[in-house]
Amino acid sequence: MESLTTWLKNLLADNSIFTLQTLSFYGEGLANTVQLVFLSLIIGLLLAIPLAIARGSKRAWIRLPIFFYCYVFRGTPLLVQLYLIYYGVVFVEGIQDTWLWVILEEPFVPALIAFTLNTGAYTTEIFRGAIKSTPRGEIEAARAYGMSWSLMLRRIVLPSAFRRALPAYGNEVIFMLHASAIASVVTIMDLTGAARFVYARFYAPFDAFLFVAAIYLCLTFGIIYLFRHLEKRLLAHLKPASG
Amino acid sequence: MNFSKLLSIGVLGASMIAGVANAEVRDIRIGVDVPYEPMEYRTPDGDLTGFDIELGNALCAEIGIQCEWVVQGWDGIIPGLQARKYDAIMSSMTINEQRREQVLFSEPYITPPSAWFAPTDTEITKPSKESLEGKTIGVQRGTLQDNYVTDLYGDVADVNRYATADDMVLDMDAGRLDIVFLDFPIGKSTLLESEAGDYQTVGKKITKPKKYFGEGFGIAFRQRDKELAKAFNEALATLKDNGTYEEIHTKYFGE
Amino acid sequence: MINLHGYGPRLMEGALVTIELAVLSLILAIVLGLATASAKMSRSWALHRFATLYTTVIRGVPDLVLMMLLFFGGQIGINQVTDWLYYQFDIDIFINVNEFVAGVGTIGLIFGAYMGETFRGAFLAVDSGQIEAGRAYGMSHSLVFRRIRFPQMMRHALPGLSNNWMVLLKTTALVSVIGLSDMVKIASEASKATREPFTFMFIVAVIYLLIASVSEWGFARLQKRYDVGFEEVD
Repeated sequence: MESLTTWLKNLLADNSIFTLQTLSFYGEGLANTVQLVFLSLIIGLLLAIPLAIARGSKRAWIRLPIFFYCYVFRGTPLLVQLYLIYYGVVFVEGIQDTWLWVILEEPFVPALIAFTLNTGAYTTEIFRGAIKSTPRGEIEAARAYGMSWSLMLRRIVLPSAFRRALPAYGNEVIFMLHASAIASVVTIMDLTGAARFVYARFYAPFDAFLFVAAIYLCLTFGIIYLFRHLEKRLLAHLKPASG
Repeated sequence: MNFSKLLSIGVLGASMIAGVANAEVRDIRIGVDVPYEPMEYRTPDGDLTGFDIELGNALCAEIGIQCEWVVQGWDGIIPGLQARKYDAIMSSMTINEQRREQVLFSEPYITPPSAWFAPTDTEITKPSKESLEGKTIGVQRGTLQDNYVTDLYGDVADVNRYATADDMVLDMDAGRLDIVFLDFPIGKSTLLESEAGDYQTVGKKITKPKKYFGEGFGIAFRQRDKELAKAFNEALATLKDNGTYEEIHTKYFGE
Repeated sequence: MINLHGYGPRLMEGALVTIELAVLSLILAIVLGLATASAKMSRSWALHRFATLYTTVIRGVPDLVLMMLLFFGGQIGINQVTDWLYYQFDIDIFINVNEFVAGVGTIGLIFGAYMGETFRGAFLAVDSGQIEAGRAYGMSHSLVFRRIRFPQMMRHALPGLSNNWMVLLKTTALVSVIGLSDMVKIASEASKATREPFTFMFIVAVIYLLIASVSEWGFARLQKRYDVGFEEVD
């Protein structure tokens, strides 16, 4: 650790912008961005799976509210949703006096809620599409075997739907990473927040924003690589036999 | 969609005005970021007012030129000057070394202190590393207050940075911030005199060290406009001599 | 009812700015998209490489970061050039990147990359036999493009186009962060002045939903038009 710090210090010796202080801002930003995106994707996914199943329900009172949720969250900008949740929670009468305020006080939690609800809506639609396109023969075969609805869902419909949804979901992950850049407007020190800080302090837009663009580019490539790998493993059976 | 907007898009986003450089002082436009009460803000019917605005107008009258005010967000205020959206900035801008590399400053026209503001029921009595530990401090991004707080307390406290002072006040009202660090006159009019919450100053007003607090607020010009800066410096000296400056100062800051 | 504290007209002005911004960006994006698609399909190695670099980089970086880079950085870059001209040759030029132009430029640039992919797929989907038939009739290249490739390409491109438009529309909200007075910016100013953030943002959300719904309907009608001759078979 000691040697790393001296090495960095020498590297940064004749550089007034990328000092240890600003680099630590970028480091903090990276940690915040990754946490925010990862958590919202996981929770959003957990939310989306039951919603996607229920979205196909024959009962209107189950189907319609989910449709409405997806419609609203996919039809409005994430920035507006973030503002509504960040400032909206404050106007719940007396919320500052409850235990909830302890978590809502931090900008991280309202942002996490907004991001989760947003990605949840998109993911629900992605899975809905994948479930809908289950080959009819597979369902008929499951029925013929006397499988119950829940067993069929678990063994037949969901596993094949997950595979089909994978490419679209990969895009959604990248989309969330990029969308998370707006976290800086509610004072979260994410990657973009760090870049804005450096820009404002040194009036050096190229250094500040090109550096952060490069980090985002690396993260994006990482995600693309990960999903290619997953697709290769999970979708191998869909490849043409002759390669 | 008016024609001029279409035209400006037509030439790929560039509106060009070509002309020959003119050494004589002419009518100018001044960039300002509002609201920053009482330095610069709008009256309810939308007119610009405040200490900077009134002093600026008086200076222009003294020089004998027409001045037009152009509103511009803080983030882009120096690039806007260099792009000649306007010819000067008079917007509570502290004179410091980093900015001096970009712009030419007039003599300082006012040196207001900065101060800490917190809700009246705060437990912080004197800002220090110990008392601010774990607290959430609000500052406006890219201001001298931001630099000061980041360097002195950035390692022990959470620093939330805002695009405008207004955003910060909204979060202060909401209870998301424990304490904010602001130009004293701004905090006085947006927090101490606000109806939304009960606030007080914490500790003394702060004007040192010079590394952060500079020499006070200056009017910024493009490096090459030395004549213009000289004209403003002379006008400022005249207004200070004949009592006009004192009159405007009293109007906005009392005493 | 909802009290707008007199901000109603300004909010409507903001909504107009949002729509103008979205439409102009869309036009720029379509032009860039067509150019990118052609470049990717061209035989020139350099053009192909350049188009690939453009789509990869643009799609790998957040919109907001690109917007700030172009808005803050673009201005400083241009200033350096004009300052150099002034000191070297005494030529005083003044080029101003305003928020609107930076917004249209960035959003157009971003969605040009996405449109490029959409158009490329759509062009490839047009049956090459029809193009050959057109050539055999003695049609010129441009006539083949106008009468055969373009109308059929549009049929394949429309779903992607409509999807891109919806995303683009929502992306316009980001210009409020660089200071353009679109409806999100005006709503946020009104929120601070009145200290009622919920009301104004809620209205903005409803307006976005309205625009999205209307355009969804419009695209459905367009699709019907271009689908003529391809009846849905069940």
